[in-house]
Parts: sequence; structure tokens; C-alpha cells
Amino acid sequence: MNIIVVGCGKIGTTVLESLVEEGHNVTVVDIRPLPLTNITNIYDVMTVCGNGADCETLAEAGVADADLVVAATGSDEVNMLCCHVAKKMGAPNTVARIRKTEFNDDSLVKMKELLDLSLAINPDRLAALEIYHILRLPAAVKLETFARGNFEMIEIKLKEDSPFVGTPLYALRDKLKATFLVCVVQRGDEVFIPGGDFVLQDGDRIGITAKHRELQKLLRNMGTKRKQARKVMILGGSRTAFYLAKRLLAAGTEVKIIDEDRERCEALCELLPAASIICGDGTQQELLLEEGLDSMDAFVSLTGLDEQNILLAFFAAAHRVAKVIPKVNRKEQGSLAEQLGLETVVSPRKIVADMLAQHARALENSMGSNVETLYRLMDDGAEALEFNVKDDPRLVNIPLKTMQLKRQVLVAGIIRGREAVIPTGDDVILPGDKVVVITVAGRLNDLSDILK
Amino acid sequence: MNYRMVFSMIGRLLLLEAVLLLLPAACSVLYGESSVWALLASAGVALAVGGLLVLILRPKNKTIYAKEGFVIAALSWIFLSAVGALPFVFSGAIPNFVDAFFETVSGFTTTGASILTTLGAHGEALAMSHGILFWRSFTHWVGGMGVLVLMMALVPTGSGRTIHVMRAEAPGPIVGKLVPRLRDTAKILYLIYFGLTVIQVICLLVAGMPLFDSLVHTFGTAGTGGFGIYSTSIGEYNAACQWIITVFMWLFGVNFNVYYLLLIRAFRPALSNRELWLYGGIMLASVAAITANVWTQMPYTTFEETVRHSAFQVSSIMTTTGYATTDFNLWPMFSKCVLVLLMFIGACAGSTGGGLKVSRVMLVGKAVGRELKRLVHPRSVGVIRLEGKRVEESVVQSATAYIVLYFLLFGGAFLLLCLEPAFDLESNFTAVAACINNIGPGLGAVGPTGSYADYGTLSKVVLSFAMLLGRLEIYPLVLALLPGTWTKE
Repeated sequence: MNIIVVGCGKIGTTVLESLVEEGHNVTVVDIRPLPLTNITNIYDVMTVCGNGADCETLAEAGVADADLVVAATGSDEVNMLCCHVAKKMGAPNTVARIRKTEFNDDSLVKMKELLDLSLAINPDRLAALEIYHILRLPAAVKLETFARGNFEMIEIKLKEDSPFVGTPLYALRDKLKATFLVCVVQRGDEVFIPGGDFVLQDGDRIGITAKHRELQKLLRNMGTKRKQARKVMILGGSRTAFYLAKRLLAAGTEVKIIDEDRERCEALCELLPAASIICGDGTQQELLLEEGLDSMDAFVSLTGLDEQNILLAFFAAAHRVAKVIPKVNRKEQGSLAEQLGLETVVSPRKIVADMLAQHARALENSMGSNVETLYRLMDDGAEALEFNVKDDPRLVNIPLKTMQLKRQVLVAGIIRGREAVIPTGDDVILPGDKVVVITVAGRLNDLSDILK
Repeated sequence: MNYRMVFSMIGRLLLLEAVLLLLPAACSVLYGESSVWALLASAGVALAVGGLLVLILRPKNKTIYAKEGFVIAALSWIFLSAVGALPFVFSGAIPNFVDAFFETVSGFTTTGASILTTLGAHGEALAMSHGILFWRSFTHWVGGMGVLVLMMALVPTGSGRTIHVMRAEAPGPIVGKLVPRLRDTAKILYLIYFGLTVIQVICLLVAGMPLFDSLVHTFGTAGTGGFGIYSTSIGEYNAACQWIITVFMWLFGVNFNVYYLLLIRAFRPALSNRELWLYGGIMLASVAAITANVWTQMPYTTFEETVRHSAFQVSSIMTTTGYATTDFNLWPMFSKCVLVLLMFIGACAGSTGGGLKVSRVMLVGKAVGRELKRLVHPRSVGVIRLEGKRVEESVVQSATAYIVLYFLLFGGAFLLLCLEPAFDLESNFTAVAACINNIGPGLGAVGPTGSYADYGTLSKVVLSFAMLLGRLEIYPLVLALLPGTWTKE
């Protein structure tokens, strides 16, 4: 597909990187020539220097033939105008990054409708949502939902005392008395789909799919003591902090926000009367301890500095806070933090990039691809895709165990109506089902691609 | 320095050359010549060396930074020419390897300077088999648009950073892409190139040139090379052929972006290209000046003939092709001087031609104008614009530095050449100018009817490097020769 990315800041660059990897023809527009030069040195893209909301610049970038325009400049207004102009000039799909808090949930929906956007992305809100999901299920590193939440996938990092370690996978369902599927394993740098006699080790990161209820049962039976976080400390009063606190407060969680800026604190206080807002330097460990870091269930660091977020997360972890989540923008630092032992790192850039890659694949639907949703797992080592099943004689009504599947592909779930099935070898796919497929090698565009 | 990636790319390029050598081999087979074995043996060598490099190295890290890009471009061209010289040596057409290397470098860099002589007999064809002649001219076609660009069009390199290689090989001060992907850009360029080539062959066939001659001369025109078959070059053919070649030389000297814009029906931006207008303007003014000068001082029989010869020579020299229809050595001094000046200006950026390039001359001219203005008005602010767009200050500096380096190297080569006792100043000066600007024939002893055969080994090597310097636009070759490029950091 021909895609135009307007603005090559942090978000724009991550987005274009993932789109180029997906094999799209990408043109980048930015008003500053220097970052554009750097980008052409690294990625195989074309660049146009100019104002992204200007029709001449957009015409030069080939907006008339573009299938998708992504506006990700630093200014919401420019993004919206850019999408509006691009739409009028013939781009069928437009995506705008809109982050200001005055465009709240309701106005965002309205804006999306008025501007005829395919997607309005608020990175802060998305990051907050992801953190919120993790806090609800603190044992997981990451959580994704399929088929409107019917069906969930979590990533867990195994510790020595985990019941998963040392038992072959085929015996795990009986041992933990729940229906689930270990569908992907990351050991070291390698990501693969395990067979039934595979034995997990300490330090493995695994992906599990299960129905929501079964997942709760599994986590209970695992003996994990970590319950839903009841007391959360948030460092940095950013927009993400606001969205997160709002959600947490609505769910009855105690929230404490620490920020240095007095005005910001007062503004937050006005917006979130139920939260306790502390004005002070959060990098002072004394302050954190004074505010009861020891008694917190979770600590989320959301300041603008990646390094600060990571270091303070370590500090909190050392004080036995059950769940620590730093926000990290730069990709390299995120993986470094994970290597050093932080299990969950949230990166708004990556969330947005994944979302757009997914959106681009969904757009390709009309061009032959069939992907409903797409998630990248295990540090991009694996993908989970949701397909709609059509009446394909090679796939329908054949027990999974007799199907000639490609290696490193796994049917992780079948969703039939409102019911989710964790498949065994005897299950069959029926027309009208939705199927979740996990793959670690190669790209799938259609469900029939899973066959040899 | 990522040695593995550099030499693996060179290996791939040699494999491509092995494939390219099959084309002249097929031509040899058609004519039933024994030179087919020389060509096949050379293809074998290319296959063996390239295959070994590709199989042994297998780089894990495929990243190409700017440095690797320059080195790949420089070394590729040297390796390519060394292997490309083998058919001449194996077939005995040019037994001396240095001579053969000179001839091949001249071919790939689209210079067209030859060490072959036809003993001065008027209109005699070169004593070479068709297969070898075909290869000799085919190197022009391949070198014109760039071998590395061809390789990128054909094989995926698996690295997003190949722009550095393209930037090192493609001519002009600013290298951009036509479409987002480099590979697609390379494909489009080659399709345009191939299309124009086919059209020219058809035109020449219609005008009455035999098929083999049409192919050879089209390759020479398309790459703006200049290797021909006869000692009298294009003078051997009728007026229609000469006009056709005049026009096509001019067309291949135009920035290929213009053709792309025409293809996607963006007529207005295509025709508002300033470089194109200046290029055409300089050409017309030169034709008018030379016609007037020659007509008054040394008239040909008809006015048409005078115009035809002036136009042909101007088009040939400015696009740095180097074909001739007449011995311009005999022209009056003013006309010769105009031709020498045209040698330096060269064709448009992004074309197959050589020289300094019209856009670089424009750029530096504007920079000079700005400096003059700044002397008069010390506080004046000047921004340089090219094609309606502001040019980055770094690009202006790079272009100015380029010109300085160009003349320094020109001087160096000229000095080394003057060690030759047998040649006069005019011959040596124009020999270096003709080689570094990828033209071919100069004036005096190296004029259109002369050859480079009598130069010594050192001079031939110096001139070979001058040709490579000109084609790769200096920086890659100079950087590849700097020791700092190769040491570990």
C-alpha cells in the first residue's frame, strides 16, 4: 500500500519503521529537513519537506494515490487539518494523532466522525489503557484481548517457583485444572511455538491464551498472590497519568500522583478530586518513602525521561512494590530495561506503531488480505492474528490434527458466535468462525496461508 | 568498516557481470566467431570470483553506512573493470592488460577514450570480432545508468540503507528517489533507459543503419559513451543517422526525473525544470556560436552540413558522449575553445552524462553570486534556491568543495601526464579533461581521429583513474583510497 506519514518525531519514526517492515511504500513528510535526511539514510522511504497540512506538499507526496495518510506531527491541529485536506484530495483513509486532553473521549469520537478519520489515536490514552489492563492482572507482563474481550492472551515471565516450570506442556492443563494453551515461548533471543512434550524453564517468557474466566481460574490455581492492584503510585503528572488515574479511580483504586510542577498539580487536583496529589520532586527517594512507597501495590513512572522512569522503577522494585511499570519511549532503552530484569515496560510509541500496522493490514482486507486484528508479541518475535473464516474447503470441517499446517504456526483459538474454544486436535473450523492464529515465522495474509 | 558486506556486494556484482557477459557471447555465436570462448571464459572467472565472495562471506550484519556505500561504489567499479577487461586479453584483441583495463574503464565510465588505432586509414572498421565489439559498447550501456543501480533493480539486498550506495554512484549534487522504494526507483530508471534505447535502435534502423551498427551506436549514445566501429566515428553514416544520434545524445543527457514526471503526466513540473532549460540554452547558444564561427572561417559545402556538424559536436561533447562526425581538430580556435568549455559543464544531474553537471554549475554559480553580494552588503542574507526549493547549506558547501577537489585532482593528473615527452600541452590538457569528464576524444593527438595508444603505462593508469573519478564524482574513490576509511575505529 502507499502510505504517507506526516511528521517524523518519535511516534512518526516508529510508525514508519513498522510500516516499512510490513512492506508498504512509505512517503514521509516533515517541515524540518534534517530529520528527513537522517530518515532516508536509515529507511527505504521517500521524503518530502514541507508543511503537512499544505495541499501542495501533500500533492508532492502523492496523496492522490495514497491508500492511507497518517498525521503524527506534534500539533493536534496540524494533524487534523492534514487529514481533512488529505481526505478532500483523495486519500481514502486518514489517521490523526490527537492527544490534547480537551479532546476527551467524547469529543474525540465526535472529531473522528466530523473529520471522517479512520482512526484517531491518542498515544497517552492508549498507554494508560495498556497500563490499566496490566494493573488489573498484575501477574501478566502484557495482556491482549480478542473478539471483544471474550478471549485473552497474556504474557508471563516464569520464575523458579512457578508451577509451569518442569512439567511437560501436555500435563499442565490437569495440573492447574484450567483450560488454556501455552502458545508461544521466548527463551533468550529465540521465539518459538512449543510442542506438547516441551518443558518450560525458569526465565522463559510465555504466551497463554484462554477464555477470560478460565484465565482467572488459572491465575488463582497458579497460587499467585498478586491480586488486582488496590493502591497505585504514579510518578509524573503527564497526560498518560491523568487518563490512567481516571480509569483507576473509576475502578475504585487508590491513586497517588507525584509531580514537581505546582500548576500541573493543581490542575490535576481539579480534574481528579478523588486522587491524592503530591507536589514534590519524585526523584527524591526520601519523598517516595515518606509517601508510602512500601505499602503500594504498584508503582508507575510516567515522567518525560526514560532513564528516570527506569531507575525509579528499579528503586520501587527494591522496596518490594509488587508491580512496577516504567513508561519508556526509546525502543533501545525498553529492551535494555527488560534485559536488566523489569518485566513490564510500556512504550506509547510501540503501542501506536502496532495499532497502525494492524490498521494497515485491516485496510489490505479489501486488497486480498483477511486479517481482523493483529498483535505483536514477545518483543515483535511473534504475531497473533485474528481471521474471519470463509467457506474454504481446505480449512472448513477438517479436524485440526489432520490439517497440514506450516511449522511455527498454531491455531490458538476459535471463536464461534459468543463462545471461545481453546482448540484440541479434534476441533474443526466452521464457516463464520473467527480464528486466532499465532505465528513466529513469516507473514500471513489469509487463513489459508497457515497450510503448507 | 563492514568488510564482509562490502565484498559480498562486490561478489554479487561480479555474478551480475557474468550474466551480462553472456549477451556478447550470444552475439559471437550468431556470427560464428571464436571470441565466444574468450567471453565465456571471462564469464567463468566472474562467476568463480563472485560466487566465492558471496558464498564465503555471508555477512551477518547487513548495515551499510555512508562509508561502506562509498567504498562499495569505488571498489565495485574497479573490480568490474578488471574482470571486464579479460575478454579483450583472452581473445587477443588487446593483448596488454593495462591497455585492456584502460579500454574497459573507458567503457564502463562511458568515456569512450580508446587505445585502439585503425592506422589512420579513412573510414576503416576496427579489426575486432563482433562479439568483442558488442561487449565494448555494451559496457557503455551498463555503466551509463550505473551497475549498482542495475543490481539493486534486479536483486533485493535486504538492507534499507542501500541509499548510501545509490548516492555514491548516481551523478549530481542531490540524489533523490522517484518513488518510496529504492528498488522500484531503480526499476523505473532502467525501464525509461531501456525504452529510450529501443526507440533509438528503431529510429536508426529506419534511417538505414545495419542492425549490429545500430545496437553498438545506441549503446554508445545511451550511456553517453562514444565507442564506435569506424575511425571516422559517426561520419561514416548518412545525415539522417547523424541527426538522430544528435537528438538522442541530447535526450540521454537530460535528468531522468524529467522523463519520469512526463510518464506520470506531471507535465508542468517536468517542463519547469530550470536545469533542463539551462542545459538546452547552453547547447543552442554553443551551436549558434560554432556554426557562425565555422561558417565564416572554414565552411562546409552546404549550410545544413555546417549546422549538422556543429550541432552534432556540441551535443556529443556537452553530453560527454564523444562521437564525432567530422575532425573538429581542424576547426578554428574559437570553436575548439567552446567545445573545451562545454567538456567541463557536462550534462544534467541524474542523466547518464558526465562532467561537472549543469545543476552543480548553477549551484556554485549562485553561491559565488551570493558571496559577491555579501562583499558589497555585508549584512545581506542569502538563501540559495534550486528548482524552486531551498538548498541546504551543507549541499552548497559540498558542491563548492567538490569543484575545488575536482580541479586539484585535475591538476595532479595533468602534471603526471606531462611527464610524457611526446605530447604537447593541448593534447595533455584535453586528454585529462576528456577522461575526467568522461568524454573520450580531446584535441591534438587525442582528437577524434587520434587515440590514447601512444601514452605510456603510467599515463594510462592515471587516465583510467581520472575516468573513474569523473564517473563516480570523486568522493567515493578518494574516500576508498584514504587509509582512515579502512582502519578500525
